[in-house]
Amino acid sequence: MTQPHAAHVTPDTQDADGTTAGPAGQDQGTTPAHVPPAALRAALAARLGGAARAWLDQALDEAAAHPGTHGPISVWELRLAEAGRRCGPAHADAARVLVLHAARADTDALTRVYSQGTADERRAVLHALPHLVPGPDALPLVEDALRTNDTRLVAAALGPYAARHLDPHQWRHAVLKCLFTGVPVDSVADLARRARGDDELARMLADYAAERTAADRTVPEDLHRVLALTEPGRPAPGTADPHGKES
Amino acid sequence: MRIFDPHIHMTSRTTDDYEAMHAAGVRAVVEPSFWLGQPRTSAASFLDYFDALLGWEPFRAAQYGIAHHCTIALNPKEANDPRCLPVLDELPRYLVKDRVVAVGEIGYDAMTPAEDTALATQLQLAADHGLPALVHTPHRDKLAGLRRTLDVVRESALPTDRVLVDHLNETTVKEAKDSGAWLGFSVYPDTKMDEVRMVALLREYGPDRVLVNSAADWGRSDPLKTRKVGDLMLAEGFTEDDVDRVLWRNPVAFYGLSGRLELDVASGEATHEGNSILRGGE
Repeated sequence: MTQPHAAHVTPDTQDADGTTAGPAGQDQGTTPAHVPPAALRAALAARLGGAARAWLDQALDEAAAHPGTHGPISVWELRLAEAGRRCGPAHADAARVLVLHAARADTDALTRVYSQGTADERRAVLHALPHLVPGPDALPLVEDALRTNDTRLVAAALGPYAARHLDPHQWRHAVLKCLFTGVPVDSVADLARRARGDDELARMLADYAAERTAADRTVPEDLHRVLALTEPGRPAPGTADPHGKES
Repeated sequence: MRIFDPHIHMTSRTTDDYEAMHAAGVRAVVEPSFWLGQPRTSAASFLDYFDALLGWEPFRAAQYGIAHHCTIALNPKEANDPRCLPVLDELPRYLVKDRVVAVGEIGYDAMTPAEDTALATQLQLAADHGLPALVHTPHRDKLAGLRRTLDVVRESALPTDRVLVDHLNETTVKEAKDSGAWLGFSVYPDTKMDEVRMVALLREYGPDRVLVNSAADWGRSDPLKTRKVGDLMLAEGFTEDDVDRVLWRNPVAFYGLSGRLELDVASGEATHEGNSILRGGE
């Protein structure tokens, strides 16, 4: 099978000020879904150049002062759209999450900007969910992202919000989809807690491994990791979700 | 040889094409929105298409190491269908997006009053959004179509040096060049332009403001025509710098007018290995 070129063509990204960012494959602890907005803003401000930081400060002030819907396109929605070219692609996710947070976007607003958004904007909405939506109202956005074959969206959909609210059947299928599509299961928030003692997930994983083996294909290494996590006797992990209640 | 294809309809192409394009040196593309062969019957049909140009297609391209951008517009042919016209009201929210690098393809198909209105309206939208415009010139009655196009551009708020007139040929290149517009040539297996004629035009008119594209789509077309033009240029005595200018620096300069080119394939866009396009396990 052909492997994608992207990984070795462009290992790094560059931000708008020419600073080389680290590899963009973020581990779970540094995605904007896992960092409280105040800390996210401080970290982003420290990494942006002068013009981008000034843009961000103004965008967040405007969003805080004029949330909601006004005019043909609300100013915070305009800022959401242009965040990539203003802050650089490496910082766009964080900038967009902060704009959404400053605008106090509710489920209706998040649904609108997700449905009207580019893939990058949709990813930012998914990252923003744990910061902005306390209940399960925004689950249709997670479900939409999980239906796509865009691995960036699938990974972003499986943050703390999905860990908190996604029902067991959909959650198991999402984990399996990660294995199918090569999304590292490290992207799945709260994996150990949700997998623990899940006999149905264990069965699905074993069946998938059998299918791959029957076809003389390799079994993804991540499958063994998740399968081990399904053992009921495994010690419970520490606090995995700093943002709210456990369901 | 690094290649930027400034006009190619990748939604109509396979991953084999992406792979071959990368192998040939293509590292960046612009996909103009256009018609799909099968006429659309509503504005909503455009919206799904625009969303694909800003979602799924850049993801697909990134898997093959190619930076994907797009242009957004109501195309000339469907500007004649009243069922499609409401999409004009939706364009402003798309024209603010990252990676939208021009308004286009706009221009004339059959030179109707409806096309006049759509062209003028969308040139104004380009000016309002700080974007250049990609203007298609008609297949039929081409020289008259070019003249009428340039007249409308001159009457618009968009300076002519922010306009790329595309699908030029021997009969239209001189007037297009004299206007100050950027000059686009679509090299096909036959019809609009071929590589031998293209190299002859480059010799006669020079490489200044010239962009060469494959315009590959769902019709008979070849996504490697850009590379074939570059190879023939070298064989005919042009320098590597000339080739780089036509196949890379000119498109970067034109679409760079938007301030929205992102020529690195964002490594955050692809997972480290295996993916849904390659049908990892499916």
